[in-house]
Amino acid sequence: MRKPIEKPKSLGTATVFINARLIDPASNRDEPGGLLVKDGMIADLGAHLRRNAPEGANVIDCKGNVLAPGLIDAQVFTGEPGYEHRETLKTASHAAAAGGVTTIVVMPDTNPVIDQVALVDFIQRRARDNALVHVQTMAAMTKGLQGEEMTEIGLLKRAGAIGFSNGKSSVINTRVMRNVLSYAKDFNALVVHHTEDPYLSSGSMNSGEVASRLGLPGISKIAETIMLERDVRLVEMTGGRYHAATISCQESLDVVKNAKAKMLPVSCGVSINHLTLNENDIGPYRTFFKMRPPLRKEEDRVAMVQAVANGDIDVIVSSHDPQDADTKRRPFAEAADGAVGLETLLSAALRLVHSGDMTLSAMLKALTINPARLLGLHSGRLAKGSIADLVLFDPGEPWVVNKDLLRSRSKNTPFDEAKMQGRVLRTMVAGQTVYEYAGVERT
Amino acid sequence: MTSKSNTNALKVFPRRHLLTCEGLSANEINFLLDLADKNADHIRNNGRKRDVLAGRTIINLFFESSTRTQASFEMAGKRLSADVMNMNVATSSVTKGETLIDTAVTLNAMRPDIIVVRHHAAGAVELLSQKVDCSVINAGDGAHQHPTQALLDALTIRRAKGRIAGLTVAICGDILHSRVARSNINVLNALGARVRLIAPTTLMPSSPERLGCEVFTDMWKGIEGVDIVMMLRLQRERMDASYVPSTREFFHFFGLDHEKLARAKPDALVMHPGPMNRGVEIASTVADHSKSVIREQVEMGVAVRMAVLEALSAHLPGFAEDAR
Repeated sequence: MRKPIEKPKSLGTATVFINARLIDPASNRDEPGGLLVKDGMIADLGAHLRRNAPEGANVIDCKGNVLAPGLIDAQVFTGEPGYEHRETLKTASHAAAAGGVTTIVVMPDTNPVIDQVALVDFIQRRARDNALVHVQTMAAMTKGLQGEEMTEIGLLKRAGAIGFSNGKSSVINTRVMRNVLSYAKDFNALVVHHTEDPYLSSGSMNSGEVASRLGLPGISKIAETIMLERDVRLVEMTGGRYHAATISCQESLDVVKNAKAKMLPVSCGVSINHLTLNENDIGPYRTFFKMRPPLRKEEDRVAMVQAVANGDIDVIVSSHDPQDADTKRRPFAEAADGAVGLETLLSAALRLVHSGDMTLSAMLKALTINPARLLGLHSGRLAKGSIADLVLFDPGEPWVVNKDLLRSRSKNTPFDEAKMQGRVLRTMVAGQTVYEYAGVERT
Repeated sequence: MTSKSNTNALKVFPRRHLLTCEGLSANEINFLLDLADKNADHIRNNGRKRDVLAGRTIINLFFESSTRTQASFEMAGKRLSADVMNMNVATSSVTKGETLIDTAVTLNAMRPDIIVVRHHAAGAVELLSQKVDCSVINAGDGAHQHPTQALLDALTIRRAKGRIAGLTVAICGDILHSRVARSNINVLNALGARVRLIAPTTLMPSSPERLGCEVFTDMWKGIEGVDIVMMLRLQRERMDASYVPSTREFFHFFGLDHEKLARAKPDALVMHPGPMNRGVEIASTVADHSKSVIREQVEMGVAVRMAVLEALSAHLPGFAEDAR
């Protein structure tokens, strides 16, 4: 594989974080200590650096706050190229930095679709020149995301694509999906699939009582599960590496658990929205809560949370999906799906920790080392010699989300005016501070 | 020579039809190759046509378009003094809706001696052979078999390398849709060669190792140290879904270029059954390289088809009187 285009590493002065609570799910570390950054890499870490800064180093006193690997967000939609009025790689990266996210994986649903080597190259060059955080490219698995002809998986992977997705749509043609999985296996390429049978999901919210009361067409859970079950059969046949992008219900979870029990190369993710919100939040047709898959019932949310806690769900994503007023301020059924989430990802995930549903380490695992391993990245861990992608956060600091202060170019957050507990204090990418909380939110 | 080899044929090659290479013994194959070898030398020495099949009628019945195979069979028949008739299927009753079996029965009523058949459906030639009294030669049926191609490939290898047993042969490309690959696997295995198959999984038939081959999805590894690199044509017309994303990607990973060829043995030979897609499965300069025996393959085609016609003619009724 060709070397990805990387951000220049900072050289010169060492930086040391002292008095930190080091949490690294990859090594089960959760202890007071310090961490030394040199030349963009983690040079040393541990309890011995808790109070002792090496001479000449730039000292950052963490005051007991959590220092963890920077978050890796495996599903981010931007608008570049094609919909720059919604989001660019630059604005998305600023939102990511403010949210403690040091690597974003951008999805191919752009205009043009990222289905050619030249476009992967374009994304990487634009990111290198404009983005604050690492940007990885998820390329399209079928040309134009049409689900008919597979893309140049071998050449795209060599160009730096870290996975292959059909974006927000499923590949309906079973034969094409089988061929993609077979072909991808020859290149050890990861296939990431949005699982939703289009014939069963023409509605606009979760099928059930709320949809019935609101008079909205429903999307039943089976639309998701049926496609996932089909895919697992194809994985069983072909042996291709498969990741279900975002599941949302117990039934889908059962499918993934069965596949894992058979030792199939199957994993799954869940969006932060499906861990923290449910269909009741839609209330009076709030379109900022309209997304794919749709928000489900509370018991589904609880099942998803438990599955992250016990490791059945591998990855949490923001599924950051910027939409502007044009597409969101419409009658519910006509409004676009999607919610921004990069900046609120960590704070929202901390809700699950504060509620006692999971440990801090379990939550961070699904946002650091698990996505790193899935995507074959060397980041996502605190280890000597690893890249210094770090997030320093205060897990207890209360704040209220104000959508107008979001760095994302689009403001479609479902967390507007939500009370959060826990905020990012500093984000470091390859040894360089890309975000620092000033004490008061900018206006 | 004629009558002697024909008498031998009755013993060594006791078949009325040549429909498949599956089940051909090394003895049978070598008998045909020896016969073909003599034919090849005879032709090279500007030998005149022989009269082995004088007064015999051969029908070339091609349901699928072909230039080289049809011409090669026609040439072979004429070099043996047979009367060769080419049936142009485009103008035949087939396009008027006649079934394959009715066509066979109709032709049979005209009492030809040998019918050479190519058909787009696997098994069609065998079906036809059950309905006629004459000998039938399979000139390619679907993705099933193309026996004379495998025999001419074997002859080309044998003449260039002096032997086939113990050689390692890599067959690369669209194996899923290739009758040439299937016939070659049978012949090469029968003669004691080691066969490797190289293709992306999407162009590999299922359970390929059960065919008696080593299987590679990485051409760089599969071509390592082989004696023969046999490239196949990417059969786009047989692809009904997305098996490979593009010819560019296919060439990059599965096309034969000088870099990949350098991993084979230094004296490795390059083969291709034709027609070639230059820049898709084979680089133009490799196709024209001194290691390429692609032209010899065409030359051996006539010699091998003569041998097959000759061997089968031994079973024609009335042969005994001829020999006397």
